[in-house]
Formats: sequence, structure tokens, C-alpha cells
Amino acid sequence: MKHLIDIKDLTIEEIQNLIDVAKDIMQNKEKYSKKCDGKKLATLFYEPSTRTRLSFEAAMMELGGNVLGFSSANSSSAAKGESIADTVRVVGCYADIIAIRHPKEGAALVAAMKSEVPVINAGDGGHSHPTQTLTDLLTIQCEKGRLSNLTIGICGDLKFGRTVHSLITAMSRYQNIKFVLISPKELKIPDYIKKEVLEKNHIEYLETDNLEEKMPYLDILYMTRVQKERFFNEDDYIRLKDYYILNKEKLKNAKKDLCIMHPLPRVNEISTEVDEDKRACYFKQVRYGKYIRMALILNLLEVE
Amino acid sequence: MNIDSIENGYVIDHIKPGKSFEIYNYLDLGKLDVSVAIIKNARSSKTGKKDIIKINEKLDINLDILGYLDSDITINKIVNGKIVKKYHPELPKRLVNIIKCKNPRCITSIEQELPQICELTDKENRIYRCKYCEEKIDV
Repeated sequence: MKHLIDIKDLTIEEIQNLIDVAKDIMQNKEKYSKKCDGKKLATLFYEPSTRTRLSFEAAMMELGGNVLGFSSANSSSAAKGESIADTVRVVGCYADIIAIRHPKEGAALVAAMKSEVPVINAGDGGHSHPTQTLTDLLTIQCEKGRLSNLTIGICGDLKFGRTVHSLITAMSRYQNIKFVLISPKELKIPDYIKKEVLEKNHIEYLETDNLEEKMPYLDILYMTRVQKERFFNEDDYIRLKDYYILNKEKLKNAKKDLCIMHPLPRVNEISTEVDEDKRACYFKQVRYGKYIRMALILNLLEVE
Repeated sequence: MNIDSIENGYVIDHIKPGKSFEIYNYLDLGKLDVSVAIIKNARSSKTGKKDIIKINEKLDINLDILGYLDSDITINKIVNGKIVKKYHPELPKRLVNIIKCKNPRCITSIEQELPQICELTDKENRIYRCKYCEEKIDV
């Protein structure tokens, strides 16, 4: 039984295979439109999400499959006190594959340990969100034409941002990657990512709180939102949420082929005036997310 | 004080003074119907004082946990009154229900029937992480 719980579960070759299938789907949509005929995806979402849940559901529908599930813990048996293990065993009787999002870290692993159908981690708290990382990798591959020889700026909440940690972990396996880590000091990247990922893999990185100064060197600028739900203290959230706002002015010294990414939703960290800039890739990124999820569903269901 | 040498079993030696009861509890020796001697503050040429536990029974018990508790411990396996194996326990690759993850965001904080599993992720620096949330466990 294959599951996807963490991006580290996949080898570079497996990631490349998913990227290749996703690219093929983009070019040959009709070929894939009945691949999951008669199959069902269950989306078990214990916390609110728009993009990820709809992306999974759209992915399954475009493969000709059906979807069922719930979109908040209150509308599931969790409200009655049912454990994740019991829920997935029950849902496995109805569905062929499960995508689960849960606010607690490790919830998807618990689901995978008990499930009789493949489980995809659609986000477990601040821990891991592998399909976002696959989305990011497909975006970089399509927009830059490569996953190596890149200087990647990551800006915003580097402390709690799970997408950031997963992206750094995933990209650290490719050749000649440099990171510029831009954040206020309160939201710096955790030490364990520096020691156990960056330094262990001999990856060049620089920490700064100055976005504009490093802008000219970047091939990719990955913006993140300061997430209210990751803070125990609301005062800290309010103090830090507006620290970086990307606008046209800040982009004036950026490379012409910069790729601006964001996992979305944004609040105000990218000014809407940037949306028209051809370097803004964050809405294309959403589309890539659907295709990589289609590739992943096919892979886990072992559909040729 | 006179404690007989044992015929078959284990002598757990070089335990830090005062730690023997903790080890006794971790190994669940209280639940076994065997002769166990705990010697506290025995004289040690190396460290001045030490604790020793003697278990006088051939047992199939997992002593790996001792590597996590104290890697300086020496385990002597005794068969027919002779030491047949003398070793320092290695750090166990996995600890089950020994340490509780303290991360309030971990799934184990709400689903309390889950086994508490910690895995050795960095042997050199003795780092264990929760299997579920990957939070570093303070050893």
C-alpha cells in the first residue's frame, strides 16, 4: 500500500516521474479523462481549506472519478469523539483513496498506519503538506525549466510555514541550489532545518531581514503569509503580519525572469498590483497543483 | 551486606548512583516473579559510587532501553555462573511508550491511545524525534 505523508517519502526519481505525468496530463487532458472511472476519493478535512480540498476534488473529477467527504471536524464523527484510526477504517469501506487534512501534526501518518486504502496528507498542522511541495516543484520545473542551479528567496514566516520547510527539504536534494531566507527575527527558520537539512546537505544559504537588497540575485521569490492559526498569542500575530509586503517598487531591481510564487491564500503580503506582472506565477501555481494531484492519484491508485 | 552471585541472568553494572529504581521501573521488573537485587551506592573504582541490579533468572527482556537511559551502563549476561557476554547497550532505534511527546500540536496530544513512538534520527548527537510530528524529544 502506497501513501504520501511527507515529501521525504519520495525519491528524486519518483518526484520526476510525477512531474512528467503531470506535464503529460496538461498536454493530453482527454487521454486521462476516464482513468479513474468508478473510483472514489474521500476528502477528510478536519479544518477549513478552499484550495487544497477543491484542488483534490477537481483533480479526481478530471480523471473521471467521484468525490465524497467532509470539510470541517464539526460535520464529521470527530465531533462525537471518533478517532482518526476508526474514521479512516470506515471511510476505506466507501472510498478507494483518502486525502486528509487535520490541524494536529502527525494525523495523516496515524491515518496511513490504519488505512486499507492509500492516504494522502493534505496538510497536518504546521508539520507537512507534501502536495503543496509537489505543486511548487512542478511550478519551478515548468516556469524555470529546471530544478537545479537556482537561487531561491523565501520571504515571510519561515518559522511556522510548513510549505517553506518542505520546499527547502525538497530543493536541497537538487544540484547547486542557494537559499536566501528573508524574515523578521521572530520568524526565522528553525535551527533544526538549518542544521539537519541545509548544513547537512552543504547548501549555501543566507539569512536576512532585507528583501529589496537581495532581490536582484533571486531566480525565484517564494512569498508566504504570516498565518494567524499558527500563533498562540494574537498580539504577536498582529505585530508581524505586515512585516513584508511585495509591491512593484520592491520588484524594480528583480531579474526579468524572476518567478514569484505563493502557496496562497494571500492576505496582503503581495500587493494586487503585482498580479499583472508577468513574473507573478501564484495563480498558475494553483493550476499546476491540480495537475500534480492528478498525477499523484493515478500513481497511488496504480492506474496506468 | 551479602548478595549471592547469580547463576543465570543479568548483572546491570555501572548504573549512575540513585538511578537503579528508575531502571527497575522502566524494565517493569516489579511485575516479574524473579529474584532481583538492587545495590545502591556500591563502591566503584571508576566513579566512586554506582548502582547495580542483579536479575537471577534467564529472561527474554529487551534491555535496549538502557542505552537510551545511560550509555555508560555495562550489561553482563550470566550463564551457569559465568559471564558469557559483557557489553554497553546501544542507543535503541525506536522507543515505544517510554517518553511522551510534549508538542501540544502533536496528534498524540488528543488521541491518547496512540503508542508514543520516538525514533533515533541522529545517532551521533543522540537525537530522538516523535514518529508522528517529528518534534525533537529532549533526552
